[in-house]
Amino acid sequence: LLVLYLSLSVADCPGTNSAQAGRAAACQGCPNQRLCATGGAAPDPAEAAELRERLRSVKHTILVLSGKGGVGKSTFSALLAHGLAADEAKQVALLDIDICGPSIPKMMGLEGEQVHQSGSGWSPVYVEENLGVMSVGFLLSSPDDAVIWRGPKKNGLIKQFLCDVDWGEIDYLIVDTPPGTSDEHLSIVQYLSATHIDGAVIITTPQEVSLQDVRKEINFCQKVKLPIIGVIENMSGFVCPKCKNESQIFPPTTGGAEKMCQNLNVSLLGKVPLDPQIGKSCDKGESFLSEAPESPATASYRSIIQRVQEYCDQHHFNEEKII
Amino acid sequence: LLSFLPERSNLAGVRHILLVLSGKGGVGKSTISTELALSLRHSGKKVGILDVDLCGPSIPRMFRVQDSDVHQCDSGWVPVFVDQDKSISLMSIGFLLEKPDDAVVWRGPKKNALIKQFVADVAWGDLDFLIVDTPPGTSDEHISTVEALRPYKPLGAILVTTPQAVSVGDVRRELTFCKKTGLRVLGIVENMSGFVCPHCSECTNIFSKGGGEELAKHAGVPFLGCVPLDPQLSQSLEEGRDFIQEFPKSSAFPALARIAQQILDGTSQRSS
Repeated sequence: LLVLYLSLSVADCPGTNSAQAGRAAACQGCPNQRLCATGGAAPDPAEAAELRERLRSVKHTILVLSGKGGVGKSTFSALLAHGLAADEAKQVALLDIDICGPSIPKMMGLEGEQVHQSGSGWSPVYVEENLGVMSVGFLLSSPDDAVIWRGPKKNGLIKQFLCDVDWGEIDYLIVDTPPGTSDEHLSIVQYLSATHIDGAVIITTPQEVSLQDVRKEINFCQKVKLPIIGVIENMSGFVCPKCKNESQIFPPTTGGAEKMCQNLNVSLLGKVPLDPQIGKSCDKGESFLSEAPESPATASYRSIIQRVQEYCDQHHFNEEKII
Repeated sequence: LLSFLPERSNLAGVRHILLVLSGKGGVGKSTISTELALSLRHSGKKVGILDVDLCGPSIPRMFRVQDSDVHQCDSGWVPVFVDQDKSISLMSIGFLLEKPDDAVVWRGPKKNALIKQFVADVAWGDLDFLIVDTPPGTSDEHISTVEALRPYKPLGAILVTTPQAVSVGDVRRELTFCKKTGLRVLGIVENMSGFVCPHCSECTNIFSKGGGEELAKHAGVPFLGCVPLDPQLSQSLEEGRDFIQEFPKSSAFPALARIAQQILDGTSQRSS
């Protein structure tokens, strides 16, 4: 009996970014061969120049990733945006590249808003003067509208979000992503290679079902040379409001994010407990940090946001030193 | 050429095909697929699960067979049997990875090619039900899966949501996907609907309540029920245990059993 293994992108594939993409011997017969060989996947030099120009005034870029769905990427992206924008001197941009399931408009209280065009491009939708948002959600006219697109069309829109949106001068660009390691993730990393990405924040929940996907995401970051700022363990325990006993609704049967971070040598930025107010605030489009300032979850989030900010500041400092 | 005919294909012995969908990630699609399979098995049915989540395949671990290999036979790929009984069989990219932590970083066309193979080349044999577990969204995997399954006339789709508006918002879009692709909606499941504290029995609606039921009413589709958060269920899935067999008194059991019963009732109605 033959044991079947896929000849995967692991050993044989030269990598979609490489000069050999689509041209190596291993590429023969790969369904993506033509896409890679014609460079259809990566931006061409003219596009790269255009992107570089557009994104020139972005000081820091942070990607929010997870291999797993429903762990709290959008929730964290929204709170990170609010947290950083609390300093009115900073200009913050939140870009939602989840094309099929755009959660950011609702979470930021911007449902029903539409994108306006000006001479200099698309205008982001502003929550505060210093906090602008862009999402495919703003381009849909009804909450029932489905975006049933294959990869190439999604990539095209992501490129437009980067080229055609008039972001202005930004201190922090936060990019919220869908779960997985596919078109959207490859594209955003490729397009943003025209500028630079400070790093990725990776979200997980404690149980192995999540961790097994998140390890793949960490592997993805290593493959595309994306620095990892750290991992957040979300939904980490629940304290009953009545009897104050803790329950592990999503049990860390294999040691949770802590063990995984130790094994893979990445930082654990923090653990955030479950709090029913988080979901309520997201549904209402309000900042949980403002609505529940006393919650232990708020304290966790604030500490994590501070660590992300410190990471970016240090990165900036290092870059300046090199110059 | 003969293998392209539905009657001669690897799906010829499969009586009912149903998809488990959600616009939203992390709501419990794989959980519901797994528990539905276990429940149907306990009603004496032979069940297969096809896991088309290529980036985050959860199914193998939920049956404790994550280290199994896939073998080939004359008619194609042999699905992985969960136990000696051979009443549940599985196919997932999870079985085909040499290193489980390696990311499958593929763009659409390569994903589509594997999905076509998964639909055509797995030698399922005779099954009462083939459950297709999907990743979140309405993109390559979903389009390709529905297209490949169309000649075999799937029974329809179960849509899973959690109660809060942010989830329901995505599941509305999935309903549109079903309408546009002609996929019948068998019903909506509202998962993670309330948590009963095992210490004091206080119920807390951690992810809100009622959104799934409201959506079903609004969209005119059947509501299959609310499944509460149940740490014993989460633990069971982590360990690849048979929750339906081992924890019939646990809080999620009645709702999960009811979902399976509604699916069974639906199919017996159709055949009569």
